[in-house]
Amino acid sequence: MNKPLRRIAIFCGLLILTLLIRDNWLQYVKADQLASDDDNRRVIIARYSTPRGDIVVDGKSITGSKATSGTDLKYKRTWKDGPMWSPVTGYASQVVGASQIENLEDGILTGNDDRLFFRNTLDMVTGKKKEGGNVVTTLNAAAQKAAYDGLKNRGKGAVAAIEPSTGKILALASTPSYDPSSFAGNSTADGETFAKLDKDKDKPLLNRALRETYPPGSTFKLVTAAAALESGDYAPDKKTQTPLPWTMPGTTTPLKNEGNIPCEDATLRVALKVSCNTVFGKIGSDLGNDKMVEEAEKFGFNKEQFVPVRSNASNFDDNMNPSQTALSSIGQYNTAATPLQMAMVASAIANDGTLMEPYMVDELKASNLDTIEKTEPKELSKPLSEENAQNLQSMMETVVNEGTGQNARIPGATVGGKTGTAQHGVDNSEKPYAWFVSYAKTSSGFPVAVAVVVEDSEASRQDISGGGLAAPIAKSVMEAVINSK
Amino acid sequence: MSSSSTTHTSTIGAIGAPSRRNTELMLLVFAVVIPVFAYANVGLALDGSLPAGLLGYGLGLGLLAGVAHLVVRKFAAYADPLLLPLATLLNGLGLVVIWRLDQSELLQSIGQAGSAAPKQLMYTAIGIALFIAVLFFLKDHRVLQRYTYISMLGAIVLLLLPLVPGLGVNLYGAKIWIHVGSFSIQPGEFAKIVLAVFFAGYLMVKRDALALASRRFMGLYLPRGRDLGPILVVWGISILILVFETDLGTSLLFFGMFVIMLYVATERTSWIVFGLLMSAVGAVGVASFEPHIQQRVDAWLDPMKEYTLSRAGVGGHSEQAMQALWAFGSGGTLGTGWGQGHSELIRFAANSDFILATFGEELGLAGLMALLLIYALIVERGVRTALAARDPFGKLLAVGLSGAFALQVFVVAGGVMGLIPLTGMTMPFLAYGGSSVIANWALIGILIRISDTARRPAPSPTPSPDAEMTQVVRP
Repeated sequence: MNKPLRRIAIFCGLLILTLLIRDNWLQYVKADQLASDDDNRRVIIARYSTPRGDIVVDGKSITGSKATSGTDLKYKRTWKDGPMWSPVTGYASQVVGASQIENLEDGILTGNDDRLFFRNTLDMVTGKKKEGGNVVTTLNAAAQKAAYDGLKNRGKGAVAAIEPSTGKILALASTPSYDPSSFAGNSTADGETFAKLDKDKDKPLLNRALRETYPPGSTFKLVTAAAALESGDYAPDKKTQTPLPWTMPGTTTPLKNEGNIPCEDATLRVALKVSCNTVFGKIGSDLGNDKMVEEAEKFGFNKEQFVPVRSNASNFDDNMNPSQTALSSIGQYNTAATPLQMAMVASAIANDGTLMEPYMVDELKASNLDTIEKTEPKELSKPLSEENAQNLQSMMETVVNEGTGQNARIPGATVGGKTGTAQHGVDNSEKPYAWFVSYAKTSSGFPVAVAVVVEDSEASRQDISGGGLAAPIAKSVMEAVINSK
Repeated sequence: MSSSSTTHTSTIGAIGAPSRRNTELMLLVFAVVIPVFAYANVGLALDGSLPAGLLGYGLGLGLLAGVAHLVVRKFAAYADPLLLPLATLLNGLGLVVIWRLDQSELLQSIGQAGSAAPKQLMYTAIGIALFIAVLFFLKDHRVLQRYTYISMLGAIVLLLLPLVPGLGVNLYGAKIWIHVGSFSIQPGEFAKIVLAVFFAGYLMVKRDALALASRRFMGLYLPRGRDLGPILVVWGISILILVFETDLGTSLLFFGMFVIMLYVATERTSWIVFGLLMSAVGAVGVASFEPHIQQRVDAWLDPMKEYTLSRAGVGGHSEQAMQALWAFGSGGTLGTGWGQGHSELIRFAANSDFILATFGEELGLAGLMALLLIYALIVERGVRTALAARDPFGKLLAVGLSGAFALQVFVVAGGVMGLIPLTGMTMPFLAYGGSSVIANWALIGILIRISDTARRPAPSPTPSPDAEMTQVVRP
């Protein structure tokens, strides 16, 4: 009877061996995948097990953490002035996950980042509890408030403001907005609030400043003007040899101006001041598609920006015929830009032609406030020479002092800007977007460049113009920055 | 039997074999100290202080182990020295994890834990009392042979009890419990032992007929039609358990145990082939019309889908299987450490059927492999006892019990780890549940008794006056 006994022993051994192999498969081969599975609640338990680090603006945190009860998620995120700051912070919700800075810098905020590993190990040895680090942003609280308040009164829209010399983002507002605190928890109500926001036809969750591309309308003429100056064939006060009416090459359609404005043979300065479609359309088609694309891309078009939150790529088409190029050069046809993109255009002009890479995370700090990482300003490109940039600045200042942008004038500072009223919809049937792109100059330099877009306003069609709706918001943002210096 | 004297079985009572009781005592010290450290560890991890019950718990476990040891020393001096310490270690670790899960607010709030550990300690005490009773009253395991047919009746009654209206309860889709007063008992756990006694007694008598009266067909010895009777009856009972109690695990366990014992008794491979065929036919047949079994299989094939369905509130689905897999995965190689995992997410049966997931998460791959090897060692000691036993009944009983033990470990651990469909059985000694702990202590008691009989030196032969004249003639 012993031979079958030995075989049974081997059989039992094989049973256990199978279990051991399975265990290795589960806990070694598949372990990471299972442990980081989004549905594995441990992931979210770990994320909310300690007070989350803060997001800091002007030395004050705009976020907080609140201990919860009755759930295994110990702390939940809170925000101060959530709707105002949500385009910057994003959300960190126990029920739907995190977005934007809350998501990108999650490692620092939770304290799980590899760069904190040594510190965490030390804390473990000394028995200190793990704490999240802080994210210090470049934003300016006063400017953000001015931007948000201005937009809130106008319905939908967005503002992006940049410090031209560094690329620091000073304001990033979008309306309608949402309060991330309203769905930060883990309850059914939190989930329902999010679902409602997600389905809202006004898209409150959309970060319009970074993720919505609008036809830029006349504000794009700044790019066309820059291309014209760079080509060397044009000067601010030289006549541009433009007939009126001007028929687009290859077509029989004359390009129209808005109203009866002095565009025949106008100089660049005058054309920008009164916003001549004919002049800039002709410049675009004369320079040609290639040169226009080259200049637009130097300003950042056709490429996503990471600030570090992703911003959609603004668009300027390649391979267009001359008439399409003409329309694109006045910000129509397929041309589309994010508010951030237009702020970058103004910023590059203000910074004497050098475009700095926009960013909004200044520093990452450990919980004891040691700096882990600091972002250094970086040059992104040089869309135009210093001389041409200064010429364009003086043209933009003419627009504000004498032209369509007079609503943006600030006592004690020089403002250069450009209005835009972009039509959209089939046969321009929908309410146009009102744009204003500008910078301010004080005795100490250029503190701010800003782009404002107001969409689908309740105001009547005639009133929608960059100068009327968007310029006052741009003005208050610039004033806020100047006054906070 | 006849071949045993020619193979190297190290076992047959060398005269004056050491009793190994001191080895057992030393191992027992470890088996008590390790869980005590684990217990302290859980307390430190959960709230930074030593648990209040540490001393009482340590003394309790130590006392139980000490008494058991003294009884073994007195009544089974030559018993295998590993069985008692291994069972004590598993039982102690089980208590720690049950206590650890008692501290989970989530499990307390759904009534799945809270005061399970003191109860389990009480069950352990009852189990060890039964262990002592076995050693005290069962002086020779061959006595059990007399109760072969009573055992059969007893086993059938035990198996049918959960079906008695008013007594049996349907819990989580399986009818394997009965309620007596405020206790719920799983008669299947006891039936396992009683059936092993019956099979051993029956097969010992019938083994020659089953082994020899056969026809050869295609290289296999086919049994005669009328010899197929017993296996068909057992198969039938297993199927009935499966259909009426919807308990895949117990059904598989009994049938597997019978096939193992039949194979050992007859040395005929054909029985294994028959056994596998019949269990395959039975399992597939029942699964095709029994929705509960079908659902277990579906949940096994796609645990994530089962989880999603359960989360969406579809009735009759359970997220346990996926939660257990996540627990194992999150444990990784070294585990989170005692008390620092989140196996309470398994919710229902976290401290019974799924207790292995907590071990996996908190002790990691390393700890769980060690744990599985402890089970392997118990099985190995059991089979070694069968090899050493000098009588066929003892051999069959020992291999039946240890084979069933191995199958149970495989079926439960395999189910929790997603290797095979889940069944409603519990890890021996670890899991919360009185029946399981008590029955398994009785099982260890019987194995210790058999091993004692096997290793006990034969009484020195009285000198025979005519020894001189007798010559052994060797062939």
